[in-house]
Amino acid sequence: MSKADAAAAILWVGATFYALFGGADFGGGVWDLVAGGPERGQRPRDLIQRSLTPVWEANHVWLIFVLVVLWTAFPPAFSAIFTTLYVPIALAALGIVLRGAGFAFRKSIVGLQGRRAMGATFAISSVITPFFMGTVIGAIAAGNVPGAGNGDAFSTWLQPLPLLIGAMFVASGAYLAAVFLVGDARRQEDAEMERYFVRRALIAAVVAGAFAVAGLFALHSEARYVFDRLTSQGLPLVVLSLLCGIALLALLLRGARRPLRPLAAGAVTAVIWGWGVAQFPYLLPTSLRIDQAAAPGPTMTIIFIVFGVAAVLVLPSLGLLYTLAQRDLLESEH
Amino acid sequence: MLPLDPLPLAASASNLLAAREQMAFTLGFHIVLSCLGVALPATILIANYIGLKKGDEAAIELAKRWSQAMAVTFAVGAVTGTVLSFEFGLLWPHFMDRFGAAFGVAFAIEGIFFFLEAIFLAIYIYGWKRLSGWAHFWSGVPMFVTGIGGAFSVVAANSWMNQPQGFTLNAAGKVVDVEPLKVLVNPATGYEVPHMILAAYMVVGFLVASVYAVGMLKGRRDRLHRLGLLIPLTIGLIATPIQLFVGDTAARAVADHQPAKFAAMECIQETGGHQTEYVGGVCTSDGVKAAIPIPDLDSFLVGFSADTKVTGLNEIPNDERPPANTFLHLSFDLMVGIGTGLLALGAWVAWAWWKRRDIPRTPWFLRIVAVSGVASVLALWCGWIVTEVGRQPWIVQGYMRTSEAVTDAKGIWFSFGLVLLLYAGLGTGAVLVMRSMSRRWREGGAGLEGDTPYAPSTPAGRKPLGVSGNRPVGRGKT
Repeated sequence: MSKADAAAAILWVGATFYALFGGADFGGGVWDLVAGGPERGQRPRDLIQRSLTPVWEANHVWLIFVLVVLWTAFPPAFSAIFTTLYVPIALAALGIVLRGAGFAFRKSIVGLQGRRAMGATFAISSVITPFFMGTVIGAIAAGNVPGAGNGDAFSTWLQPLPLLIGAMFVASGAYLAAVFLVGDARRQEDAEMERYFVRRALIAAVVAGAFAVAGLFALHSEARYVFDRLTSQGLPLVVLSLLCGIALLALLLRGARRPLRPLAAGAVTAVIWGWGVAQFPYLLPTSLRIDQAAAPGPTMTIIFIVFGVAAVLVLPSLGLLYTLAQRDLLESEH
Repeated sequence: MLPLDPLPLAASASNLLAAREQMAFTLGFHIVLSCLGVALPATILIANYIGLKKGDEAAIELAKRWSQAMAVTFAVGAVTGTVLSFEFGLLWPHFMDRFGAAFGVAFAIEGIFFFLEAIFLAIYIYGWKRLSGWAHFWSGVPMFVTGIGGAFSVVAANSWMNQPQGFTLNAAGKVVDVEPLKVLVNPATGYEVPHMILAAYMVVGFLVASVYAVGMLKGRRDRLHRLGLLIPLTIGLIATPIQLFVGDTAARAVADHQPAKFAAMECIQETGGHQTEYVGGVCTSDGVKAAIPIPDLDSFLVGFSADTKVTGLNEIPNDERPPANTFLHLSFDLMVGIGTGLLALGAWVAWAWWKRRDIPRTPWFLRIVAVSGVASVLALWCGWIVTEVGRQPWIVQGYMRTSEAVTDAKGIWFSFGLVLLLYAGLGTGAVLVMRSMSRRWREGGAGLEGDTPYAPSTPAGRKPLGVSGNRPVGRGKT
């Protein structure tokens, strides 16, 4: 494995963590959005808020990690993506701002009206943000981003495949969130909320699955390179994702308690790495290869050191944060 | 493959102005929040320490309130910081394309600090109730370290733009080799980094103190307000003299290494010795109008002798001169002026304390402290204007012009307008939230209606969802 390939793998690791944890946070917002009026939606919103509050900022940092690794290790790819897909990227950034502000302000604002407005801002932008991020990934996978950048601002992502991937991002975030929230409800011995999110996890799984299947068809017509490799070299990962998804559905239907979260994470992780394998050796299929976009060796070495330090310092710290949060030792105080 | 858009040159020139305005605005907004991220943890930890060590409930209450405020400012700072990293690609893609491999190194390191900051900030902010006193205190200490480390990395990246080194370009202008240590520790790192970290401590110190000065002017003179004034004010006042020393050193280094920036900020037209220091005024090509001139002082400040030769704008090619000369000059003077004023404030406090072990009694003292927060933010902005506008037309000094770096994307004016609206909402929201928090605290620390997102109140017959009730301050342990 070359230095550049290793750096690409680090990029994918960061993207995986962001998809799992950031994705689940977006999903929490999706469930907040569809929770109904103030009375009816109070309990799920409360559970969502308590689960998200201590961890969403730390989860958000994975996005920064991915961006930084991309522009440092593969500057031409970063530039090509941002000069082409600036419309969905700017919309995702808008969503990020509205979402963070809405969430932070909702907790501290007085008065029902203000809180509802902030809550709606948070919830709606929790759909907008992953959707446009998904269209960016979809446009890359479809090979619509020219390696030299400056691709068309609209036709590159206003295509079936990018839009389907956007919808799939929203649905898989909702799916992850529902599965995580089932666990949180159980921990708090709240059987009603547990049933509530089991039902929603099943719905989200079916919806995400439907988008994935539709996405495969779109992939077949719009992104032949990626489709061909996904159904050959990437096939084991696709199968693994499918198996995880089916096993999780079976467990949810039977009311089993574990291992729900690892299976949900496994399903999503397998898809992300399947995509990675299918794109290899391209960062931007089929116009920019990993080695063409790679920064000089010493820069890559810094990326490796940073990744090593992250593994030694950040992952245990994240573990501590999640452990404290899961043991209900962290809570907001007003 | 899709057809590429031909890019009209006129659009690019207009883009440059729009992109620079948007970058300046979003950076100016974020930098205040990042100061809070860098220096608020230490301020909170000091109050927390005093509270635990002396069983001082007022100090504990302050630490709690400040950490709740920090929860809001950090959230807003996290998203405005994210906007900046998006803007690197959205506004300056050619800069990133060419130099990402070199100066990205600093941001890669910053990523680690930001991660740890987000993690330990969450543990600290949300750990007040359930973690034991000292364990909770120690969980906050990493925030202090990551604040410094994060500031180092980000400002090192900016220093590199002022004093680029540690990379090799090939004939096509592509970075083919990088020496990461040289990127991080460039000639400007040594003064820019401490200058910024001290600025963060000054901004936080004076800003927080100004809130309590306003409260005291309104007659709230309890221990909480006195401590709330004294702890941050002390931090700000200790940082100020050190800052003036570092700033002075920085100005000399700028005169040495970035003569165009120095000539512009000091309005020096002709190279030579015996340069006059102009305080205020309007810079024109035939001298400075309406300024207070101090003969020889500029030469003396640069080289400790009136004979010191200082480079003037006449030696800088026309197309390499920083724009808006008077604006730069006045920004620099305002920054130095505010710093000097804050130093005088410190001397006054020190004198009063030495005489009577108390802050000065006159309401004028509180009035001055009440505006010191805004003044220090103003000084912060002025400093960044000098650094950034003073480097123009370069984005990477001597290597890449800002006009070469800007995106060809359309609609930057539109996005700038949108950003203005968005950030106006963001700023208003943050201020409103802070004010409603402070009103709540004053009204006896009563919590929000329940702990729940947006229900009118906890419906009867269900178990309370948030942890209900407000425990006494200080949790009764020392």
